[in-house]
Amino acid sequence: MAQDKDAVLEGLAEIVNEIAGIPTEDVALDKSFTDDLDVDSLSMVEVVVAAEERFDVKIPDDEVKNLKTVGDAVDYIVANSNS
Amino acid sequence: MTTENRTVVVTGIGAFTPLGGDAASTWEGLLAGRSGVRALEEEWAADLPVRIAARTAVEPGEVLPRPLARKLDRSAQFALIAAREAWADAGFTTAATAEGSPIAPERLGSVIASGIGGVTTLLDQYDVLKEQGVRKVSPHTVPMLMPNSPSANVGIEVGARAGVHTPVSACASGAEAIGYAIEMIRSGRADVVVAGGTEAAIHPLPIVAFSNMMAMSKNNDEPQRASRPYDKARDGFVLGEGAGVVVLESAEHAARRGARVYCEAVGQGLSSDAHHIAQPEPTGSGVARALAHLLESTGLDKAEVVHVNAHATSTPQGDVAEIKALRKELGEHLDHVAISATKSMTGHLLGGAGGIETVATVLALHHRQAPPTINVEDLDDEVAADIVRFEPRELPAGQIAALNNSFGFGGHNVVLAFRTV
Repeated sequence: MAQDKDAVLEGLAEIVNEIAGIPTEDVALDKSFTDDLDVDSLSMVEVVVAAEERFDVKIPDDEVKNLKTVGDAVDYIVANSNS
Repeated sequence: MTTENRTVVVTGIGAFTPLGGDAASTWEGLLAGRSGVRALEEEWAADLPVRIAARTAVEPGEVLPRPLARKLDRSAQFALIAAREAWADAGFTTAATAEGSPIAPERLGSVIASGIGGVTTLLDQYDVLKEQGVRKVSPHTVPMLMPNSPSANVGIEVGARAGVHTPVSACASGAEAIGYAIEMIRSGRADVVVAGGTEAAIHPLPIVAFSNMMAMSKNNDEPQRASRPYDKARDGFVLGEGAGVVVLESAEHAARRGARVYCEAVGQGLSSDAHHIAQPEPTGSGVARALAHLLESTGLDKAEVVHVNAHATSTPQGDVAEIKALRKELGEHLDHVAISATKSMTGHLLGGAGGIETVATVLALHHRQAPPTINVEDLDDEVAADIVRFEPRELPAGQIAALNNSFGFGGHNVVLAFRTV
């Protein structure tokens, strides 16, 4: 069963908060990881690994560059999650 | 000698040490003769031959925000905290890259050294790899473990674009960094340099490795009495951690912006032993040559030298060799020099030692007080010099100078000199 979009956003916000210290309420679908949320390319790898674990999803390295906004990541996770 | 010999002064200090979370509390601890050495309570320490160390008085995680701290090795955390203090103490309120900064970024450098670098990151991440697999190794591992990381992070913090450097010479690293920074300013390459040393190596592997070299004190039952330079019962050094950082500045630049000046950074003397990879040269000739180089290259009059913050790590051989070297070069004048071994209180910070001991030396001149050496209950007969014991000692009025010695495995000898202005 696919994950609920709101639940994924909430979980992703917690991950970004843990890694970059951004308040969870600021992690919105239209925000860019690098430009708005202080997540550089190294921290993005941490976000991806944490998201894979939390949402039981595989995010291949090739796919990471396409995840520019929080919305991109939420959509990918909702579409590909196994849980 | 450089063609453009500009006078260099110290305008800011910062420290994060086993005695306190800043320079003021560290200085207070030194004057009070307080030991920062404790029994290691960590589970991993239980079966080690050495179960004592001097941890920082404050945890860096209590000072730095978590998202920043988790991207920095502990050694870089220490350096960043001490550098921020020194930078603010020098009167700077923004990074050099900010608009209206009194220092241009192209005229600002950072030279912070560490003896071992991010050793705990390296070892911890190897544990992660073995126990949790490839995917869980932090992508920050390389920028955390590289030995230039503290210097680079401080350079980014203050906006240093004249050069970021990291000389590595084991336990002389911090002093070599400060010497390098002095030369950067004297040669005209920079007007201001943030310089110092940091170390965070309290981890079972470095402890066992040093211990197997027979270099460490095993006085586990009396942690606060274990680091005892010059005492007959000394049996090796006690590992400490932390950082000491100073802001060095050309005298002209400091005067132009009306900066408070602690003292002059006169210069450095350098030499190498070519003797043994881990043993001090027993006659102290290498150290004596470093001191001779200092006096010759700076023109410092040895009669002005009234205080030495000695390297004195509490090892049987090294402490004596250093005194022999001082006697060789200073002759009878050594009898008028107050010698302090602050490692008796802070433990040995390896590459951080030159940093915090420079801060101590600068403050000794500034307050005209030499900190005590604790635990010298039975002075070694071979130590024929005036060791400041038990209580701090007032230093004379007038123009006075002080030395800070640091030596490292590999036979690196660094003597730094500072003078009142």
